[in-house]
Amino acid sequence: MLAKRIIPCLDIKDGQTVKGTNFVNLRQAGDPVELGRTYSEQGADELVYLDITASHEGRKTFTDLVKRVAANISIPFTVGGGIHELKDVDRLLSAGADKVSINSSAIKNPSLIDEIAKHFGSQVCVVAIDAKQTPQGWKCYLNGGRVETDKYLFEWAKEANERGAGEILFTSMDHDGVKTGYANKALATLSDSLSIPVIASGGAGAMEHFRDTFIEGKADAALAASVFHFGEIKIPELKLYLCEQGINVRR
Amino acid sequence: MNIAIVKYNAGNIYSVDYALKRLGVEAIITSDKETLMKADKVIFPGVGEAETTMNFLREQKLDLLIKELKQPVLGICLGMQLMCRHSEEGDADCLGIFDINVKKFQPMRHEDKVPHMGWNTLTDTRSDLFKGFDKEEFVYFVHSFYVPLNEFTAATTDYILPYSSALHKDNFYATQFHPEKSGKVGERILRNFIEL
Repeated sequence: MLAKRIIPCLDIKDGQTVKGTNFVNLRQAGDPVELGRTYSEQGADELVYLDITASHEGRKTFTDLVKRVAANISIPFTVGGGIHELKDVDRLLSAGADKVSINSSAIKNPSLIDEIAKHFGSQVCVVAIDAKQTPQGWKCYLNGGRVETDKYLFEWAKEANERGAGEILFTSMDHDGVKTGYANKALATLSDSLSIPVIASGGAGAMEHFRDTFIEGKADAALAASVFHFGEIKIPELKLYLCEQGINVRR
Repeated sequence: MNIAIVKYNAGNIYSVDYALKRLGVEAIITSDKETLMKADKVIFPGVGEAETTMNFLREQKLDLLIKELKQPVLGICLGMQLMCRHSEEGDADCLGIFDINVKKFQPMRHEDKVPHMGWNTLTDTRSDLFKGFDKEEFVYFVHSFYVPLNEFTAATTDYILPYSSALHKDNFYATQFHPEKSGKVGERILRNFIEL
């Protein structure tokens, strides 16, 4: 039976891991390759490395980091941040990444999804969506949550699916960093309406939150950062707990 | 030990090379026929589309060469599918080492998402690739097409239906999953292949 996946996410700035709360106030959390290897040995199922550096120099550092991750870690990993065109995708896949995650650039240029799927296959293309609940419904945001768009979460996720995305990584900005659980109602709606896997992101604070997002949120995978980086939740204990709760995880 | 990785227009060649390096094995990545024929072991990886890849292999005349190799050969993912007779992906005629056709997954329920992506278990393992396995192990899969159960099935995985997650016939071995991305279990499978 296909296992539910646990995915630690590492935000990278200038080659180092950082994690923000509600997308601001970045704190330092260790060497990205060492941290990734530790997670892999503890039983993480995949890793996500997000490049939050904006500069050209930082981008080169990140590509070098991707090569080091590929050389040292034996589980799949996704990279995101600063991907605007096919050339960027090619550069990161050639460096050894298994998948790329696109967010703002997909909203600005949706046909990028079609192009990635056509050239490299759907399985390579993760579409990340940052959304927030508004009086009009769940709205998508750009640039790490600073810019509101005219796109709505469910419509946009469906369009991304139809264009050839391989997975949807949905971050609820209302839940991110607050540690009170994932946005399970919205996640379940997504999971029911899409034909591709959904990764839950934003809100993990306790082991129950993972159980709830797999059951109530119908998520295929759950992503978290700070609870892992600061040792508040240890992956082996989390997997044992999920197993006891009747959820199929890799152990 | 002289290990060659077939170099062609496929996606995950370097991941396989990295995985071998982690095991302390320096492989040669090559499309040179002489070098491939002389190698002790040959790995035929692959991420991509069946028809495009088969056309490429034919142009390079690598199709004939791979079929005629006498040393242990390991096909991975698309590599395994290309070792079969025919694939529904692009209606492609393949190498025909395993006399069986590759089919596309047909979802039966909403939860049956395609591609089959993530960690799933191997059961009924019957090949030296899985030497030392004493329980059902998880390995990493990403694929939309599958090989049905057949006389060459060397491991079974259940997704939508039970299908072949590994094949074995004479000197030809193949895995649908990615040992190079399957953590410790994958490392053991690669080591078993190297030690054949």
